[in-house]
This record gives sequence, C-alpha cells and structure tokens, in this order.
Amino acid sequence: MSTTVPAADGPLTDDGLVQLLTPTGERVGHPEYDRWAADLDGDRLRAMYRDMVLTRRFDNEATSLQRQGELGLWAQSLGQEAAAVGSGHALRPQDHVFPSYREHGVAHVRGLEMTDLLRLFRGVDHGGWDPADHGFHLFTLVIGSHTLHATGYAMGVQRDGLVGTGDPARDTAVVAYFGDGATAQGDVSEALVFASVNQAPVVLFCQNNQFAISEPTTRQARVPLAARAPGFGIPSVRVDGNDVVASYAVTRQALERARSGGGPTFIEAYTYRMGAHTTSDDPTRYRTSEQEEYWRRRDPIERLRVHLERTGELPEVFQAQLAAESDAFGEHIRTTVRAMGHPSPHTMFDHVYATPNAVVDAERAWFTQYEQSFVDHDGRRTAGGHR
Amino acid sequence: MSVTSERARLTDLPPAPAPPPFPTGTQRLPMAKALNLGLRRALANDPRTLLMGEDIGRLGGVFRVTDGLFAEFGDDRVVDTPLAESGIVGTAIGLALRGYRPVCEIQFDGFVFPAFDQITTQLSRMHYRSQGRLRLPVVIRIPYGGGIGAIEHHSESPEALFAHTPGLRVVSPSTASDAFTMIQQAIASPDPVIFLEPKGRYWEKGDVDLDAPLPAPHGSPTDLDHARVVRPGTDVTVVAYGPTVATALKAAEAAAADGTSIEVVDLRTISPLDTATVAASVRRTGRCVVVHEAPVLYGTGGEVAARITEECFYHLQAPVLRVGGFHTPYPVAKIEHDYLPGLDRLLDAVDRTLAF
Ligand SMILES: Cc1ncc(C[n+]2csc(CCOP(=O)(O)OP(=O)(O)O)c2C)c(N)n1
Repeated sequence: MSTTVPAADGPLTDDGLVQLLTPTGERVGHPEYDRWAADLDGDRLRAMYRDMVLTRRFDNEATSLQRQGELGLWAQSLGQEAAAVGSGHALRPQDHVFPSYREHGVAHVRGLEMTDLLRLFRGVDHGGWDPADHGFHLFTLVIGSHTLHATGYAMGVQRDGLVGTGDPARDTAVVAYFGDGATAQGDVSEALVFASVNQAPVVLFCQNNQFAISEPTTRQARVPLAARAPGFGIPSVRVDGNDVVASYAVTRQALERARSGGGPTFIEAYTYRMGAHTTSDDPTRYRTSEQEEYWRRRDPIERLRVHLERTGELPEVFQAQLAAESDAFGEHIRTTVRAMGHPSPHTMFDHVYATPNAVVDAERAWFTQYEQSFVDHDGRRTAGGHR
Repeated sequence: MSVTSERARLTDLPPAPAPPPFPTGTQRLPMAKALNLGLRRALANDPRTLLMGEDIGRLGGVFRVTDGLFAEFGDDRVVDTPLAESGIVGTAIGLALRGYRPVCEIQFDGFVFPAFDQITTQLSRMHYRSQGRLRLPVVIRIPYGGGIGAIEHHSESPEALFAHTPGLRVVSPSTASDAFTMIQQAIASPDPVIFLEPKGRYWEKGDVDLDAPLPAPHGSPTDLDHARVVRPGTDVTVVAYGPTVATALKAAEAAAADGTSIEVVDLRTISPLDTATVAASVRRTGRCVVVHEAPVLYGTGGEVAARITEECFYHLQAPVLRVGGFHTPYPVAKIEHDYLPGLDRLLDAVDRTLAF
C-alpha cells in the first residue's frame, strides 16, 4: 500500500467535496449520491428552506439578545445552516443526536422548543431540555467528549438489537456533531477507535467551519479531516457543507449504513462560520474581510432560494407566509427569553445526587437558615447589602 | 470533482505592527497586562522559554494575556497549539526534557481535565521517578474561578486537585504586582508550577514595579513559597488567596468600621503551604477564617485549618472556620453570587469566630 503525501494546504482543499447544488443554485448530478437525494421533491426542499430560514432567524435573535445583555454568551450557527438542516432531515425519530453547542439547526429539525437552548446561555440552566424528548442530547462544552458518548450510546443500540433488523421503524443510528478543532482532541481519536472496532452504528459528523476560535484548521491537521478516518478503518466522505441537498444525501447514506449494521462513517462538512466564534470573540484579529466575502457568496440559504426560484418551486405566497412565521418566531424568542425569570438559589442544591446526601442536605439547610437571617419580620430583605 | 478553483485563503493576514518598547518604572496596570509583561520579559530573557496554548497567537488568548507576543516573538516562541490539552501538556513535558521551558496556557479551568492525566501521572513525578535526574520546568497557566457570568466549565476552582498531587507547585497571585513577579518566578522554577490566574481579577488594576529585579537564575531557590500579610490586624486572621483576597480586604474594611480588626493573609502559594506565616498571624490574633471559592469539602481550607489547629492549638480562641463553595457543581451564572463566598458570608464567619 502506498501513502500519498498531502498537499501543504491539505485541510483547506475543497477538492473532492460532494456537491449537488452549486453556489449559483444549479442542481448537478453525482453518480453515487443522486439516489440518496432522489426523494427531495419540491415540498421537502421547501421544508429544508424553511428550516434554514428559521434557524438563521433564531440565531440572529439570540445574537441580538446577547447584545442587549439578555444572554451571557452566544455561539452563532450563521453560515452553517445547510449542514445542520440537511443532515437533520436525514434522521429518523428513533435516532439519537449528540450535538455540539452550535447545532441549532439540528435542534430545530428535531422539533425542540428552541428557546430551551437559550437557557444555558442565559445562565438559568445547564441544559434546559429533556434529551429523551427528541433524541437530542444536552450540549457538551468540553470539546470532543461527547463523540465518545455517542459511540457508547451506539454500542448500546447495537446490543439492544436495533441494528440491521430491516424494520425502518426500529433500526437506529446515532450522530455526533463536532468541529474541526475537536478532531485534535484525544477523545475524538478514541471515539474513532471504539466506533471502528465495535462497528458501532454511529455517524461522526465533523463541521469543518475552518476555525477553532482563532486557529485555522491547518493548526489542527495537515490533511483533509476526512482523510483520517480510513486509517481507523472508518469510511469517510467530504461534503460541501453549504449545500443542503448534498449534506442530506451523504448523511442519509451514512445513517443507512449505520442502521443496517454497516458500521460507522465519518463525514466532513466543509463550511464556514460566518459570524464570530461566540459573541465574545473578535474575528478581525485572525481573518480578512475578503475571506468573509468569498464565503458570503456561497451562502447556504441563498443557493437553495435561487434553485427553488429557478425551478418555480418558491411561490410568493410561501415566501410571504415564511416571512410572517419568521417574525412571529422572533417575537416568541424575545418574549420567552425575557420571561425566563431568575432561578431560586436553592436550586443549586438540587440533583447533585440521585439519592439523599448528608453533606448537600446540611449545606442546603445552612444556606436556607443563612438566607432567612437577612429577612425581617415583614419578609423584607434587611442586611446582606454587602454582597 | 472540484467545487471551485478559487481557494479560501485563511492565513494571509496583514503583518502586525512593531511591538511597543518595554515599559519601565512603576505603572498602574490590570493584572492581565501585568502577566503579559511578565511573560514578555521571560521570553526576551531566555530563548528557551516558549508559550503554547490554544488561540494564544494572533488572538492573544481569549483573555488577551498573550496579546502582542506572537507579533514580537513569532510563532516559534508563541505557539498556537492544536485543540488538545493532553497534547499541550504532554508535548510540553517532552520539550522540557529537551531543555526548553514551556509555559502552557489552558484556556479555561474546566478544560484542564483532558490534561489531568499528563499533569498528575507524568509532569508531577518525573523528577521523583528519575531520582532527580530529570527536571520539568513547565508552567501551566490556568484562568480559574468564577464571578464573570460564564457558562458551564468556565468557572471551576480545581486547586485542591493539584495541591493534593505531590511534585507540583500550585500558586495564585491576587494582585497585578504579584502576577508580574510570580509568573517570572514560576517560569524560573525548576519544578512544574500550576499557575492559577483569578480570571475575575484580570481587569483589576494595581501598581507594578516593572524594574523589579529579575528572579534568581534557573535552579536557584525562588521566592515562590511565601504567604504575605497584606493587611495587619489584631482580632481575627482571614486567610485567602487569588480571587478571595479582594473579598477579605473588603471584609476587613467593613469590619474595621464596626471596631473589629481583621488581619488578612494572602497565601499566594497553595502548595507548598506557608504554614509559618499563617501560624504566626494566628498566634497574634487567636482566631482564623479561611476563605476560597472552591467547595469547602476536602478543599484547601481544610488543610489550612488542620495545620493551624496542630500548630496553634493553645493560641486558638475559636475553631478555625472555613468559608467557600458548596458541594455542588458550579451553579448557573444567575445564581453564582449565592454560591461564591462573598462579603456577607465571610463577615458572618468572622462574627461566629468572635462569638466563641
Ligand atoms: C476541552 C476544551 N478545550 C478548550 C475549550 C474552549 N473552546 C471552546 S470552543 C473552542 C473551539 C472549538 O472549535 P471547533 O471544534 O472547530 O468547533 P467550532 O466552535 O468551530 O464549531 C475552544 C478552544 C473547550 N470548550 N473545551
């Protein structure tokens, strides 16, 4: 077996990306993946378009809310809607998602109450939804850890006999989303090892948005990220992550492989984070406006819009309805977030353990009494003004 | 199939402006800037010192502690590493074995744990295992502690986990001035140093003597081992370090108005613990309260309390009390001020010890 030495600009190359919809909105053919996108009729494409538009609206609202001091921090998904929505549409209800903190589009497709995602960023909750409700795990902030959880979960699915039964309502797959930076973490390599040796029904979905905060992908790897997986015995594919159709097709194929017992797949979705890393980041320190412009011309929503318009699949009435829906959604997000209230400080003692714990109970009791000492007979807070 | 022949060029950024001259004299600086200047001086003085960490180059670190150093010293000395903490510390160990003095930046306290294995099973004990033949002068800088309204894993206080590990020095400055000297001393230390930076204090200003003499040359003893009385008093000793020193000083101020004289001791070094300085203070005051942000259970305060009880039993008028975080994961931002030991909780403990 020979080894090819990668080009110096390895991870940056866009060679070999699966693309079904060009940046100018043209549907192009692909010998392998066309069939995985064959079920995308006008209705399905419009649904994807709607999901991308609403995801972006959600993201923009959250960004403004952060600017207004309503959220402590926000991680935008701006520019990455196609990879999230396309892959999300390929999932089945029984599948389970282990997201990164940027997969708002997947959460939307899974049907989560989107404002629940904001509880973490507002600082009222560590994760305000039940992962069982929509098969969508809590956000993991320690980079890469959850790729192992996804792999283990998939191993559980396998043990439960829910792989390769041939019953589309039972066969189950698991997806982990993570960034290009995450691929440098030991945990991600270990996930590849465990997924491979166990042939776990897991799809490792890497959103290569070109950056880990300020560091370009070249600081994490010398080869296209997808090139690593085959060394672990895992097939991989690079997809144009700004192409929702291709993102759908490659994920669908990978999920099908997982569900049917064919084992894991690594997907590298080649995309771009159009916003800052988070609202505390300053991207002008590490990237140019030319580069941002280059990617703006590849906007994932715009290319589907052009395509739908050109094929006569985007009636004005749909556009108008969507615009109204989006405005109402924005309003809902703003009012819900502002009404989230302040958690009682006593909640910090809840759920530390599943069973009673003497230390926590004693500390809770002490805290309650201590708090009481600041309240006068009329129930007003007295001293304690020092805090 | 090629999507486009045009390539997104990600690294063609305009060159950075020339660095400003090294400032001199005594200046009022925020702690982050003091650390920046301490690192800058260490880099300038020793070509074998290098910085490594995530986003420390062009971005200057998420807290800007390494701001401008990449432009001045280049990517060989200020290294943007892959996003891998175990990798950062593990390769720093290798570099140190080869005679370099790596200073690692861990982006946030909660992200040191992927490197915990390298720190506790390798970094801490190489000197011991090699019977003194191998030295690992590695510094691991960790912004730690809460109070900045951050999300999960961005406000941890892991000091006890490191202090419990033999072979590591664990220190934390509380002022800009200490930050400037202690970072240079840490880099000069032949032992590995866990350098905990109280991130909530990064923007607090203090006077820094930028002409302070350089730390002793490598291999010599350093002054990284001493606690300091930062405010004299006669009634109660409050022992604090890092982020809680400011709270202790405020408490002393408030208590003075009520006629109670608090002596504040800044530990500066958590391991080794300068028991002598604390004990001398407690022998004067007869009372002691220890305050830190980390959970009280099995924390630094327990160690201080035990040692003071052992050393000063006959001088104590009251048991040594501890004030700190609860035995819960760090709570959400909206209620972190109820978790953190603030002025009232500290004064409450002072009152309790006086009531004995
Ligand atoms: C273990 C760990 N180290 C450092 C961080 C701080 N951090 C948060 S996001 C981030 C960059 C992540 O980049 P990438 O994996 O490419 O995902 P992206 O944010 O670009 O979607 C870093 C370094 C962290 N959260 N976890």
